[in-house]
Amino acid sequence: MLTPQRYWREIPHRYRLEAGRCKKCGYVAFPPRLVCPRCKNREFESVKLKDEGEIVSYTIIRVPPEQFTDQAPYVIGIIELDSEVKILAQIVDCDFDDLAIGKKAKIELRKIRTEGESGIICYGYKGILLE
Amino acid sequence: MREVAIIGVGMNEWGELWEKPLREIFVEAALLAIDDAGVKRIDSMYVGSMSSGLFVGQEHIASLLADYLGMTPIPSARVESACASGGLALRQGFIDVASGMSEIVLVGGVEKMTDVGGGEATFALGTAADQEYECYHGVTFPGLYALIAKAHMHQYGTTREQMAMVAVKNHRNGSKNPAAQYPFEITVDDVLKSTLVADPLRLLDCSPITDGAAAAVLCPVELAKKLKKDPIVKIIGSGHATDFTALHSKEDITWPAATAKAAERAYKMSEKKPGDIDFVEVHDCFTIAEICVTEALGLFEKGQGGKAVEKGLTSLEGKIPVNTSGGLKSKGHPVGATGIAQVIEVVKQFREEAGERQVKDAKIGMTQNMGGTGGSCLVHIFEKE
Repeated sequence: MLTPQRYWREIPHRYRLEAGRCKKCGYVAFPPRLVCPRCKNREFESVKLKDEGEIVSYTIIRVPPEQFTDQAPYVIGIIELDSEVKILAQIVDCDFDDLAIGKKAKIELRKIRTEGESGIICYGYKGILLE
Repeated sequence: MREVAIIGVGMNEWGELWEKPLREIFVEAALLAIDDAGVKRIDSMYVGSMSSGLFVGQEHIASLLADYLGMTPIPSARVESACASGGLALRQGFIDVASGMSEIVLVGGVEKMTDVGGGEATFALGTAADQEYECYHGVTFPGLYALIAKAHMHQYGTTREQMAMVAVKNHRNGSKNPAAQYPFEITVDDVLKSTLVADPLRLLDCSPITDGAAAAVLCPVELAKKLKKDPIVKIIGSGHATDFTALHSKEDITWPAATAKAAERAYKMSEKKPGDIDFVEVHDCFTIAEICVTEALGLFEKGQGGKAVEKGLTSLEGKIPVNTSGGLKSKGHPVGATGIAQVIEVVKQFREEAGERQVKDAKIGMTQNMGGTGGSCLVHIFEKE
């Protein structure tokens, strides 16, 4: 079960797509990191990811983890935002047949799942197929 | 550095071992290895286990297993690198002997996966991925490899049938391996008609849930010669590398960079190149994984792994037999034990004990064991003398 503190500390990244851009080489780290994996620099500026991108790959989850049983089948995709950073997210509001690598998706804040009867309602980003 | 040999191997039954606890599964394999080596003592041990904590609620198995093996007070360490835990145990044992710290070292791996239900097993395996930025969104391990498969198909024209052929080949090899969990043949049609798990991957593209253990005994080559071991099985290359844990952080999700790096290191240490390898055991946790890693090991050009399977290049009679044991797909995949079981197949081939799946004149073998979606990888190269 996701505890409040574990959920709460990820809110800036999950709700607002806050990332870090390396001040030396421009690498965009999402979530933010302390060390740039490309140039080892330790100084970052805070940036917000673009909320639109291109589908790099996708799959339809037919056998889901227990907390997602009521949602299956659903689409999981890897979306490249602004040609510099990729995220993994569900892609919703689409017919499975319309999906294709290279198509555009918009990122929106949506409900991801609920944690049991009295647990947290988990929110985060999802992709919406645009074409 | 001293040269290191493998003088004993042990692997007991694999499958759904309802009647046996983790400690017994491991001790049986370890005793087989110790008896096979014909040694009276061991100086230290390393055991790979991905998640004894989540599968049976037991941590501190370094102590528990040394205890039940009757080997206390020797130094014992449990090592973890997800599905590459067994390969990592081998490397730690190799370093221990090569450095001169220990003479006779037991390396092993174990996973007891069927004490929990499917949901809990899926969760435990999922912990090899990024919990906050992958699992949070509802992706599963088959789902992550499905993303790789879809991208590989898109980039290189790899077909659904080519992936099925990996499973068919591995089951054909596994049908000749009495130790395999699923020792029977399947057809391309069986794979394509099996239940969809995460498009395009189906049930028969996935390695199974398995209880099992495997163990091996290492010592300096000099001691192996004194003990008159024949053949001498030498570890001549050991490569270990890491990469991004989250699949989406990789520049190219179809390229297992840690495998390529670990292979480069193992080739360099052993002074061998891909063309020198007679047979290889790779980490086919999903059919697409075998295709990607055979490319990263340099056995085929980038993007050509699917076509290589279709041409039969990786079959028993092919240019470079891949997964003669049946691989994870047919032999089973008790996660932490897999990396050691791969080595056991190498030893069996070198000793010419592989029966119907024997590779003729096998002199140089290789193993590739990886964790998660390739966040960690171990590659080892072995020579028969």
